[in-house]
Amino acid sequence: MKVKLPKELTVAFIAVLLGLAAGSVLMALTGNNPFEGFSYLFRGGLMSLERIGNTLATATPLILTGLSVAFAFNTGLFNIGASGQLLFGGFCATAVGLTLVLPKPLILPLMMLAAILGGGLWGVIPGYLKARFNVHEVVATIMMNWISYWTVYYAVPAYFKGQFLETESRKIPDYASLKAGWLTGIFEGSYINLGLIVALAAVAVIALILRKTVLGYELKAAGFNRDASQYAGMNVNRSIILSMAISGGLAGLGGMTLYTGYATSIQIGILPSQGFDGIAVSLLGANTPLGVLFAAVFFGILHSGKGFMNAMTNVPPQIGDTIIATIIYFAATSVFIERGIDTLSKKLKTEGMSLKNLLPRARFRPKSDDGSVDHQSAAETSDDGKER
Amino acid sequence: MESVVEMKHIRKEFPGIVANDDISISLHKGEILALLGENGAGKSTLMSILFGLYAPDEGSIFIQGKETVIQNPTQANSLGIGMVHQHFKLVHNFTITENIILGMEPKKGFSIDTASAAKKIRDLSEHYGLNVDPEAKIEDVSVGMQQRVEILKMLYRDAEVLIFDEPTAVLTPQEIQDLMLIMKNLISEGKSIILITHKLKEIMAVADRCTVIRRGKVVGTVKVSETSQGAMAEMMVGRTVSFTVDKKTASFGEPILTVENLSVINSRKVLGLSKASFTVKKGEILGIAGVDGNGQSELVEALTGLYPLSEGTITLGGVDISRASIRERIHRGLAHIPEDRQRRGLVLEYSLEDNLILEVYASPPFSRCGFLDREEIRANAEKIISEFDVRAGQGAQTPARSLSGGNQQKAIVGREISHDPDLLLAVQPTRGLDVGSIEYIHRRLVEQRDSGKAVLLVSLELDEILDLADRIGVLYHGELSEIYDAKVLDEHSVGLMMAGVQQ
Repeated sequence: MKVKLPKELTVAFIAVLLGLAAGSVLMALTGNNPFEGFSYLFRGGLMSLERIGNTLATATPLILTGLSVAFAFNTGLFNIGASGQLLFGGFCATAVGLTLVLPKPLILPLMMLAAILGGGLWGVIPGYLKARFNVHEVVATIMMNWISYWTVYYAVPAYFKGQFLETESRKIPDYASLKAGWLTGIFEGSYINLGLIVALAAVAVIALILRKTVLGYELKAAGFNRDASQYAGMNVNRSIILSMAISGGLAGLGGMTLYTGYATSIQIGILPSQGFDGIAVSLLGANTPLGVLFAAVFFGILHSGKGFMNAMTNVPPQIGDTIIATIIYFAATSVFIERGIDTLSKKLKTEGMSLKNLLPRARFRPKSDDGSVDHQSAAETSDDGKER
Repeated sequence: MESVVEMKHIRKEFPGIVANDDISISLHKGEILALLGENGAGKSTLMSILFGLYAPDEGSIFIQGKETVIQNPTQANSLGIGMVHQHFKLVHNFTITENIILGMEPKKGFSIDTASAAKKIRDLSEHYGLNVDPEAKIEDVSVGMQQRVEILKMLYRDAEVLIFDEPTAVLTPQEIQDLMLIMKNLISEGKSIILITHKLKEIMAVADRCTVIRRGKVVGTVKVSETSQGAMAEMMVGRTVSFTVDKKTASFGEPILTVENLSVINSRKVLGLSKASFTVKKGEILGIAGVDGNGQSELVEALTGLYPLSEGTITLGGVDISRASIRERIHRGLAHIPEDRQRRGLVLEYSLEDNLILEVYASPPFSRCGFLDREEIRANAEKIISEFDVRAGQGAQTPARSLSGGNQQKAIVGREISHDPDLLLAVQPTRGLDVGSIEYIHRRLVEQRDSGKAVLLVSLELDEILDLADRIGVLYHGELSEIYDAKVLDEHSVGLMMAGVQQ
């Protein structure tokens, strides 16, 4: 693992740079100054404590859904149903929060449990179908997304109808909210909430499970090589179901942070995009818990900064989404980036002498043509933008 | 003499290794040139270059005396070079004719002219004595026949140079003899053949010259008529090799494994193993011979618990384990060296040390309270690495994937023997390994037997069975023969049993 990490880090970094470069090309094409655009984008996400708080609050569900996808991926499963798991887990937590009247330290753990169980159930079902009938989990989890969508669509108006709107639940009472006065205070009234701590704890726990425990050893083995796990006497079917349960539970927990932390109620008719973004977060984070954490925060910056960019410039907010999509694209095709790095390093190794001659030339080149927006210089401006 | 193919100063590098280093070979018209070398010596790379699958980094290829750059297999075919792959590339529900014309179908209007193709195939088949029925479907014909179809495919495409890649690996001894005859027919008709193999006997039987490759370099080219098996083996390995396994006479003890009336209905819903009964005793190696696909996997999977048996009982150390879980069988003293080390034996993504606890990770000392004990795992790995001479670049932390085949196998053998099993089930334990590793693993199996443990050896390599086993049974069409004392059997008699001839 230790040897592999730097390379994956480089790949993720290059994917981000390429995504930003593509974004600046788009900005330039729509008649905007990419330098200005990016500076507002990053300022929007980071310029004040409140904005940092909002960025982290946006990142919180992404950390958990990213972790959900990454965990499944580490155990050889492709959980594409984080959205449904998040929605149902969030619904279960909301239901508990709206039903029981208990002091905060009691109700929050109960809600967490409900979220994990709800999301977990949404993971167990595809897991069982895969283990027992070899139904591919991609198909099953997509189906489960819609079951979740319609279940919530029915249940929220039927049992937890809001005061004014049919399309959302009642507001979650203060004692059942993940918002905490002291935390909101530190970040000058932002959306940040205790969910962030839950998410950070989840990162640590999942990293621990994957690296140090018998459970992690078993689940990963089943993911990497089902035949060998079976040969070694492991119960592969149990591993699949368990992996999906944990993965679903994580996404469910993400739902709680979304609906009872970031927001104050649950809406119907929306399949939350955080679930699908989790796939991107996991990819960019190279499917490692720590990588997921950083990727989610980065996506948080982009998501919360794009509004500010839109307000301050003429750059359409869609550019922000396009950048995210492009980064996902480059992260997903990271094989090519890796191959590129390999051939480059091989070339440099064999032409050890010319390496020294090559470097200064490469450094001079971007400066020589100022006018054109080539990838390299665009990437450089974006770096500058980040520093401000 | 006229050269049909000449490869000069070929060099090919892959990340980290030089697969071919300044290799030159030449194939004369009308001869069989054997390419001999251990696994990973660079034979396959060289032939892939000739067949247009890889481009050489350096060097040049001359076909019929003309320098040529071969870019892809299609071009190789059009230059008259054909390859019979180790794993046949045939469509099973197509007829032989359809398989042969695949990719170059003769057309008559809008339909495929199978009739004329079939006629051409029949003519070719008669001409070279291949005895192939063009109308038969691949799924209905024997493995030997499938190989002849592959040969016909080349002839149909007017190949002048035929490359055979380990052609005898899947054949019975009798089929091997047929193949040798066919090869001789081919050269007498003016074709030229390159035979890739590591079996010295076959080279002696059929080849004219032999080029030996070791670690990517040509060691030398010898005339087969002027050399011996021992000399070639020495060239291949770089030291003298003992062909016979030193073995004391067996001292049988009480039975460890008793199998009675074992039947298995396999995943294709066919009775793959029918009423097999045998015992394996302490201090013996029982060998199960047979051509691939005659019930070996059914037997092995039923014994290890990977697949349920449909009838019969298996008793290990006096306990009925017919329906026990895989893990329980392991705990009761059954160790298994699987046939496919990469599919079953290892988790390639895991490090070597993690692979060496694959069956015992859940119990102390390797884990406590659900947490892995890295120090114990490391210590275990280092012990096996040194005891079983596993060569791993980064020691215990080497990814299993980056080990060579021989070292992967040694790691598995080490892991299984380190469990101190009462019964070691070794399935094709030396498949695809070099002579050095084979020697080593054979020695370990015999040691296991000499220490009073039982070994059940299932192998497709007849020589391996004859060298190692104290008693021998043969599987044919899912039926296990009587178990004979190895001393009363020889290659010929076992070969006949493998082909289903009753004695």
